Amino acid sequence: MREMKSIFKASNVVKLVFIVLTYLLVQFLINIGIITDYYQTTLATICINIILAVSLNLVTGFTGQFSLGHAGFMAIGAYACAIITLKNPTYAGFIQGVAAGAILSAIVGVAVGLPTLRLRGDYLAIATLGMAEIIRIIFTNLKITNGAAGLQGIPRFINWTWLFVFTAATLIIISNFIKSSHGRACIAIREDEIAAEAMGINTTKYKVAAFVIGAFFAGVAGALYASYFYFLKPNIFNFAKSVDILVIVVLGGMGSLTGSVLGAAILALISTFLQRFSEVRMIIYSLILIIIMLFRPQGIMGSRELSLSLFKRAASKIEPKVGKERS
Amino acid sequence: MEQFLQQVINGISLGSIYALVALGYTMVYGIINLINFAHCDIYMIGAYVGYYCMTFLGLGVFASLVISMAACVVIGVAIEKIAYKPLRNSPRITVLITAIGVSLFLEYVTMFFMKANVRSYPPLTGILAENINLGSIFISMKQILIVVITIVLVVLLQIIVRHTKLGKAMRAVSLDKDAAELMGINVNNTISFTFALGSALAGAAGVLVGIYYNSINPLMGVIPGLKAFVAAVFGGIGLIPGAFIGGYFIGAVEVFVAGYGNSMYRDAVVFAILIVILIVKPAGLLGKNTREKV
Repeated sequence: MREMKSIFKASNVVKLVFIVLTYLLVQFLINIGIITDYYQTTLATICINIILAVSLNLVTGFTGQFSLGHAGFMAIGAYACAIITLKNPTYAGFIQGVAAGAILSAIVGVAVGLPTLRLRGDYLAIATLGMAEIIRIIFTNLKITNGAAGLQGIPRFINWTWLFVFTAATLIIISNFIKSSHGRACIAIREDEIAAEAMGINTTKYKVAAFVIGAFFAGVAGALYASYFYFLKPNIFNFAKSVDILVIVVLGGMGSLTGSVLGAAILALISTFLQRFSEVRMIIYSLILIIIMLFRPQGIMGSRELSLSLFKRAASKIEPKVGKERS
Repeated sequence: MEQFLQQVINGISLGSIYALVALGYTMVYGIINLINFAHCDIYMIGAYVGYYCMTFLGLGVFASLVISMAACVVIGVAIEKIAYKPLRNSPRITVLITAIGVSLFLEYVTMFFMKANVRSYPPLTGILAENINLGSIFISMKQILIVVITIVLVVLLQIIVRHTKLGKAMRAVSLDKDAAELMGINVNNTISFTFALGSALAGAAGVLVGIYYNSINPLMGVIPGLKAFVAAVFGGIGLIPGAFIGGYFIGAVEVFVAGYGNSMYRDAVVFAILIVILIVKPAGLLGKNTREKV
């Protein structure tokens, strides 16, 4: 039955059904008006933050490389998409914008990642932070980005359906990457870089690969942001934005994709309610960071995933006779 | 030529401040391998304490400087005890994230209580308010004050690190923590002492920058903090003379870019320098390459 191991495994079918059901449920709630326009904005924020958090989680949670410049990649994607759709306000232009933003971010990711990821230690954190600042300063000074005032009136092409498709696609692609042999190499690097190298893993190659994939999807998220929120200015993509994404990853659990989804949803709801008190919001964010690190450094999910087998295992703990442990 | 000399003088004054902040980064990194993101906010708090001493208590520059340094020592050591000490044996990334959390906490708590608006230091009086004109070069007494205080503090630091028992313990712990502990050194106290020294220097830098630029705000530490860290990496992280040289270098670069190029790009140039160093000589100017052992 080896050759029958196809993509139509039971778990994949369950996942597909779950994805479709989530989409239909939310679409239904929008149609009957429970999710109002105001909460649709929160929904969009959640989707964009999921893409950002999942891509950062690949770099920080799974590969163990601490990146503090995710907002920079997001900015590249956002501005690329905004400039292209302003010139060519059609769906084709939007798709080109997303692609251009993602590819540009990935190229910048290679340029920053190659020199800095050769080093062990925390240099990447500072280098990416510096890179994000450089990007922000460049966008503040360029004519095509309209400087500090930013770009306005970016045509909106996306709605919940588009956001959902992009979010689901990101989740599926990154989760498949992690389950592949490349993903296992990344996890090995996180666990022990020296041991991984001794096992014959080209550590620089995999670190750069994870970093570039992360940058690519951050670019996608930026493009979606630009298209959904009409308006861009360089200050949106400052250090605080990078920290926002980091908080999601840390809260959800470094090394857990479903944790990132959960974290993005929880924090988006918290910040919707704290909208009017932005200073208090940042104090709460910083306390979340400190308290999680002191008392539960693995976050909500740790490195586990929310899945059917987790529920099954929980059930079998309650009733130990049910079935034997499958390896 | 005159403009050049003027820029050199401005660069030295700014570089002194970066050097003071960079010393704290480099000492903490040298001893526990942590990029202490909260360090730049200790510098900000130093500036605020100095502001309160001068504006509301009417104290002089030197009294404010001492009080501000003392306050920063207390805060620095408290942060170390509360946030970093429980994580001594955790992965580095955990401590690093905690440091970012502490940094944001200090910034936004300050913003909450002090409001986000810019405050200005009271003008100096007496001899400190004067300027010296050497032909067309212009040196203010503030600049001389900054450089002199920096030199005095750095000399004091060198004496502490080189010639006292605690300094010897610091060097031992940064070389090998476990071996130092076996030799009977109290590692925890030594780490706290390192934080105390670094925070005192950051507090002094905060007051000096308040005097020099005359305006402070709760987020004033972020960019100078990053630049000071770049300075520490440039000189060779973990090395005190390296941070000193790096601070002056970064200060000079920034002033020259602002003076001769486009001042909007001065931050970008500093970060570009960082990336170039990491490519060319990751161990820094004075550092030696070391292989990580299993």
